[in-house]
Amino acid sequence: MAPLLKLTGITKNFGAIEALAGIDIALGHGEVVGLMGDNGAGKSTLVKIIAGNFAPSAGEIQLDGRTVRFESPLDARKAGIEVVYQDLALCDNLSAALNIFLGRELTRGVGPFRFLDRRAMAERASALFAELKTNTVPSDLVKSMSGGQRQAVAIARTRLADPKIVLMDEPTAAISVRQVAEVLELIRTLSRAGHTVVLISHRMPDVFTICDRVIVLRRGTKVADKPIGATSPEEVTGLIIGAIETA
Amino acid sequence: MRNTTGQPRFDAVDFAAQYAAFIFLVMLVVAFALLQPNFLNPFNLLNVLRQVSISGLIAIGMTFVILTAGIDLSVGSMVALCGLAGAYVAKGGLDSRFAIGAAEQAGNPVWMAVAVSIAVGMTAGAIQGLAITRLRVPPFVVTLGGLSAWRGAALLLSDGGPISGFSADYTWWGQGRIWTIPVPVLLFVAAAILAHVVLRYTRFGLHVYAVGGNAAAATLNTISTRRVIFSVYVIVGFFCGLAAFILSARLNSAEAVAGLGLELDVIAAVVIGGTSLFGGVGTIFGTVCGALLIGVLRNGLILMNVSSFVQQIVIGVILVLAVAIDQAAMARRGR
Ligand SMILES: Nc1ncnc2c1ncn2[C@@H]1O[C@H](COP(=O)(O)OP(=O)(O)OP(=O)(O)O)[C@@H](O)[C@H]1O
Ligand SMILES: [Mg+2]
Repeated sequence: MAPLLKLTGITKNFGAIEALAGIDIALGHGEVVGLMGDNGAGKSTLVKIIAGNFAPSAGEIQLDGRTVRFESPLDARKAGIEVVYQDLALCDNLSAALNIFLGRELTRGVGPFRFLDRRAMAERASALFAELKTNTVPSDLVKSMSGGQRQAVAIARTRLADPKIVLMDEPTAAISVRQVAEVLELIRTLSRAGHTVVLISHRMPDVFTICDRVIVLRRGTKVADKPIGATSPEEVTGLIIGAIETA
Repeated sequence: MRNTTGQPRFDAVDFAAQYAAFIFLVMLVVAFALLQPNFLNPFNLLNVLRQVSISGLIAIGMTFVILTAGIDLSVGSMVALCGLAGAYVAKGGLDSRFAIGAAEQAGNPVWMAVAVSIAVGMTAGAIQGLAITRLRVPPFVVTLGGLSAWRGAALLLSDGGPISGFSADYTWWGQGRIWTIPVPVLLFVAAAILAHVVLRYTRFGLHVYAVGGNAAAATLNTISTRRVIFSVYVIVGFFCGLAAFILSARLNSAEAVAGLGLELDVIAAVVIGGTSLFGGVGTIFGTVCGALLIGVLRNGLILMNVSSFVQQIVIGVILVLAVAIDQAAMARRGR
């Protein structure tokens, strides 16, 4: 079977900074891949390219064997790519429920007009939060929430659609041990249902518990791409900091 | 903002930031009613409402703009240009600019004048919206340019003089009444209700708040930030066109100096009404209260024979206080 997502020679320059230099990655169906690397290695940049937020300076993206060119996050979302952004991409002035549905709000028709269905969105948000076992309240404004509650909102978003790929950029950075377990469980569920998950994390145990494969970026280049069984936390640490050149 | 029982905790500063205009408005009305028996006279109150309706209509459009963390300084100049364009059409050109009565044969029907006035406003707004979203010039600069350019265009169009003397059909929109209520007031109320519904109950309205709250997050969530920002400048242009027509109908004259300094009243109404200049927070209800507050204050001070110079000072001080409250609320939220 052809890979679900295939990146070839993805390069990204920000002025003089080369954030990514010719990245090749292939993701299979239902695979859980850990993406690791030091601060500034280019992980988030890669996520934003796959998510249609940045256009790559060079390189090609193939989805299900077809070359795609995302002009905007909407194109990527339509193609079945869901993202938990590192900065969570939340609007502080809106409620948790509205943040979850931002860009794909539920509406109901009144005559020829369509109006927001706030009640339906709140109910759906409640159900999603229950599933994630978080104490987040749908009607609360995001500005008044804790870091973990905010993260739950960003994660809940990915549950609205039936995505092909879920990209999670440090989804467990601000949450409690109990909630980390929930997120890892969610990733497992997603994977069992055939969704592909990319988990970016600095937490070695998370990656080694849940991922089938680990990819390491260092200063914009891929230095390792190995099945999880063929490596160890020590080796990955060495690769991240550069003590080990490549593997 | 929740305590252990799960109820939102009461926060005085937040509350003040949201309802300050309404509370202050009620206090002012009570104070003037006690000090000046004439104040509560229905004719006086309707007069206040009628005076407020012009800047109030534009303030409704300005609320959309400020909610996206933008600003439109050009509204006064736009009013002059739109009013003249509508009047020009109504009169069928400059040749009959002063001709009263006779002009009605030469000119065009009222609906055309309204349509042109509004179309000019929306076009001017669209040009500013494009400059902001495509050329990435900050709204402050674009609309400061507009403030100068639209006024210049109005002077060119009018060749320096007013266009006056409209048909009764035309002036009815500024001077007429339906059951004792002035037509401009009815339009203001209708526009406020419509704008409230759009902002609170539609996807577009939500996107306006999202873009103002966090434009980058809105973009990542597939909202076209550009389209939203472009739209709000077209919306304020629409209201400028409508208000310009009503103003020319009320004065039975359109001229290039119309709406001079109007941006102050409009922006003050929105900001005093609790809409944050940082975007993302504010309501039409607040804006209506802000507009009424300015109108009531002017009227009450006039009734009390306070000089118009003092009025200017008072309004300026209140504007600054309103933003100070907003800032305090912002600090509370820990931004
Ligand atoms: N919008 C941008 N403009 C300019 N430079 C950028 C931009 N975004 C990222 N960079 C640069 O690209 C490089 C990679 O950044 P990126 O955010 O992808 O790192 P990361 O691997 O996600 O790091 P972290 O673990 O800290 O999140 C950095 O040098 C960063 O300064
Ligand atoms: Mg990152």
